[in-house]
Amino acid sequence: MSQALPRRRFLAQTLHGAAAASVAPGWATGTWVLAFGPSAQAQPALSPAAESVGPEVNAWVVIHPDDRVVIRIARSEMGQGTLTGLAQLVAEELECDWARVRTEYPTPGQSLARKRVWGNFSTGGSRGVRDSQETMRQGGAAARMMLIQAAAQRWGVPPQQCRAERSVVFHDLSQRRLRYGELAGDAARIPVPDKPALKDPASWKLAGKPMARLDTAEKTNGRLIYGTDLQLPGMVHAAIKACPVFGGTLQSFNAAAVTGHPGVLRVVAVGTQAVAVVADTWWHAKRALDALPVEWDLGPHARVQQTDIDEMVRTGLDPKAAAVEGHRRGQALDVLSSARNRVEATYSFPFQNHATLEPMNATARVRVGADGKPTGCEVWTPTQNGEAALTAVAEAAGLDPRQCEVYKLHLGGGFGRRAARHDWVTQAVQIARQMPGLPVKLLWSREEDMAQGQYHPVTQCRMTATWNEQGRLEALHMRLAGQSIMQGLFPQAVRNGRDPLVFQGLGAGGEESALGYEVPHLLIDHAMRNPHVPPGFWRGVNLNQNALYLECFIDEVAHASRQDPLALRLSLMQRHPKHRAVLQAVADRVGWGRAAPDVNGLKVFRGLAQTHGFGSYVAACAEVSVDPKGMLKIHRIVAATDCGIAVNPQQIEAQVEGSFVYGLSAALYGACTVENGRIAQSNFHDYPVMRLAAMPKVETIVMPSGGFWGGVGEPTIAVAAPAVLNAIFAATGVRIRQLPLAGQSLIRSAA
Amino acid sequence: MPRLNVNGQIREHQAEPDTPLLWVLREQLGLTGTKYGCGVAQCGSCTVMIDGNAVRSCVVPVASLGAQQRITTIEGLSPKGDHPLQKAWIALDVPQCGYCQSGMLMAAAALLQRTPKPTDADIDAAMTNICRCGTYNRVRAGIKMAAGIAPAGAAASASAVIHAQEPKA
Repeated sequence: MSQALPRRRFLAQTLHGAAAASVAPGWATGTWVLAFGPSAQAQPALSPAAESVGPEVNAWVVIHPDDRVVIRIARSEMGQGTLTGLAQLVAEELECDWARVRTEYPTPGQSLARKRVWGNFSTGGSRGVRDSQETMRQGGAAARMMLIQAAAQRWGVPPQQCRAERSVVFHDLSQRRLRYGELAGDAARIPVPDKPALKDPASWKLAGKPMARLDTAEKTNGRLIYGTDLQLPGMVHAAIKACPVFGGTLQSFNAAAVTGHPGVLRVVAVGTQAVAVVADTWWHAKRALDALPVEWDLGPHARVQQTDIDEMVRTGLDPKAAAVEGHRRGQALDVLSSARNRVEATYSFPFQNHATLEPMNATARVRVGADGKPTGCEVWTPTQNGEAALTAVAEAAGLDPRQCEVYKLHLGGGFGRRAARHDWVTQAVQIARQMPGLPVKLLWSREEDMAQGQYHPVTQCRMTATWNEQGRLEALHMRLAGQSIMQGLFPQAVRNGRDPLVFQGLGAGGEESALGYEVPHLLIDHAMRNPHVPPGFWRGVNLNQNALYLECFIDEVAHASRQDPLALRLSLMQRHPKHRAVLQAVADRVGWGRAAPDVNGLKVFRGLAQTHGFGSYVAACAEVSVDPKGMLKIHRIVAATDCGIAVNPQQIEAQVEGSFVYGLSAALYGACTVENGRIAQSNFHDYPVMRLAAMPKVETIVMPSGGFWGGVGEPTIAVAAPAVLNAIFAATGVRIRQLPLAGQSLIRSAA
Repeated sequence: MPRLNVNGQIREHQAEPDTPLLWVLREQLGLTGTKYGCGVAQCGSCTVMIDGNAVRSCVVPVASLGAQQRITTIEGLSPKGDHPLQKAWIALDVPQCGYCQSGMLMAAAALLQRTPKPTDADIDAAMTNICRCGTYNRVRAGIKMAAGIAPAGAAASASAVIHAQEPKA
């Protein structure tokens, strides 16, 4: 079958709306499309793409003769609503009928062939909308101008006399009209205008509005195809186990012990670190893998315990330890050394697993020539970065990227795990190389996913502050110690021990990192300590712990200096009106200063937090009660976001709610710990996460102040946990400094 | 050949007796709407209904089931995707990544069959599925909408969006 496919170009897509997929005319010749039928039972079928192809007006916009509009989006959808938001921006400029819009992913291979016309595929850092909006709006605007031009030419009138609205071009003077579907073919032959003018957001009709997502229906009937659901003719399945100790290697395995097991086809070494069983079904593969005798060389870290890592990080808090400055003004250390009023505290934040609900998976097919050497490789996988996946495929296959292709499938969660190092893709290709010609679907078990993560970095922080007799914060020293994600994933970005990313939210200014407080004497520095556990970008990244450390400690300063936590913060934010505005908004909303109403006979207490990150200003106020037995209930969190320009308030609201579940799960529930060099937790029974019954009410204030584009997927994560911890302190007098909260007593001390 | 009653149809399969129902559905019967998330009945992604009860299919050996038990998966929740819960899910834009939502919907459907007007406590007790995207408040609101329980004023609504300012250039 595969030999019949010219240039091995398959297109497997998550489809939003109609069942058919499309590619541009330039690719249509000899191109085949792998289309998923509308029925849940339907198998993917190979059909000629030409049937479903409409004219590509430009790289971003395809318009079918029946006016269906396909908007191409390079960023990945993982639940955050990026596809809908970006489609709104294109459709706004295009002036098309929103009811006929759907989206599709261009492939990384197509991007390579077309000189990256769609830009960066990376979907992380809350950058989906803010980094694509300008190019994509220009794509929509250019397409509209081309459609208008095509109509004007056909009518023999100046384009200035024509206007476009809801997928129709009008010439009002002659009362003529043409549908986009009638014009797209002509428009496609018109040169694409360079840098077309864009609408003022104040005049938006579609963008900026709380539009429903484009991809919801298929998520309610089981029809959406995730990576785990892909079915290809002749597909075989692989289950994998890598050395549980990071840095260890595969020594040997006894394949004979499982070769007679049902469905087992092969047992293969995967790189130097893992072994996989390939079988007719995944269940057969997993059963055999569980029974497979494996010997590991556990490597140099087999005796490392969590206490060793904690101690290693703690040495970075030593005042004499070498540290890299991230933000400095005045003479903080001198002022603190002679201070009379002084408060000091040490905090820590543990390893966390992303625990995407869909475990890592990829389907790979390696084609080999007559000499047995690979000649091409295709991979279908959920990824946050199709281009990075393509690079991983080419490296693992030993091929030029132009001989490879990646088809992105819908992600069952990303959160950063599917963003950077595509270890699961590498493995799938390594297995597929040993099963030439066959599509091999590799799926990690949950246990493998827990053991082989790219974990939220482990850090500690020592905070020291002093204030003057008026209660004015005079000096603050924030010593961060711990792991560098960049050192683990992109060491070339680290120079002389400096990883700029560790100071997220704490910098002197800029889009990513504006500290909202004015302190006369300030020092924020970092001592890098890298344990052997691989770190990764985990939703919220370093803003999670940085905001938590700072916002909890500011609360400690307020308590020690007998000031109201809101008043103290506001007094430090005079020169930071946007930080101040979001904090004031949540305080106003809850009625800060007035007692919250009791719930079930228990007093309700409040805590605040604010920060800036991923381009947006955010604040939260949490309301909690703690019963006499120390049981915590989070009743409500009010959150405010100033993301500059809001593309879809309904999706922002969903992101804020979701970010709280993610952030609070980490702060309150679970942690990954190391035993004998490996992660001790194996599944959701020992890595608990927040469930529905614990979910507080969330009230989201979207307050776009205009003029900038901020992200929304991550910033509010960072304020959820400190707001709750500050409320717990208000309720109990117990200050939680080591996370997670679970296992620590919240019973008010007698003192 | 062993038989199952899935979504009103008698289906034959060739799985070994101890194969979990989840993998029979996904790998033998092609019903991939039911998801694998943990394999140990913790996350609920694999929830199906068996004779109206929500069951985590990843830990149910297929041999424990015969053709007399009625298994309903997400594909069989309604003929046209128009179960009141599905309509509510779409109206409220409940899913984010969506991976957990088949299981959420099946757990919710079983709840409403048993308890047509569930209280918040009923919902808390029945809906123990994990959603990593954090759709819980919308799941709760969706169940109430499908049950015809009107939210009791602003206090009962999960969220409020306030536009402090209209977007400016």
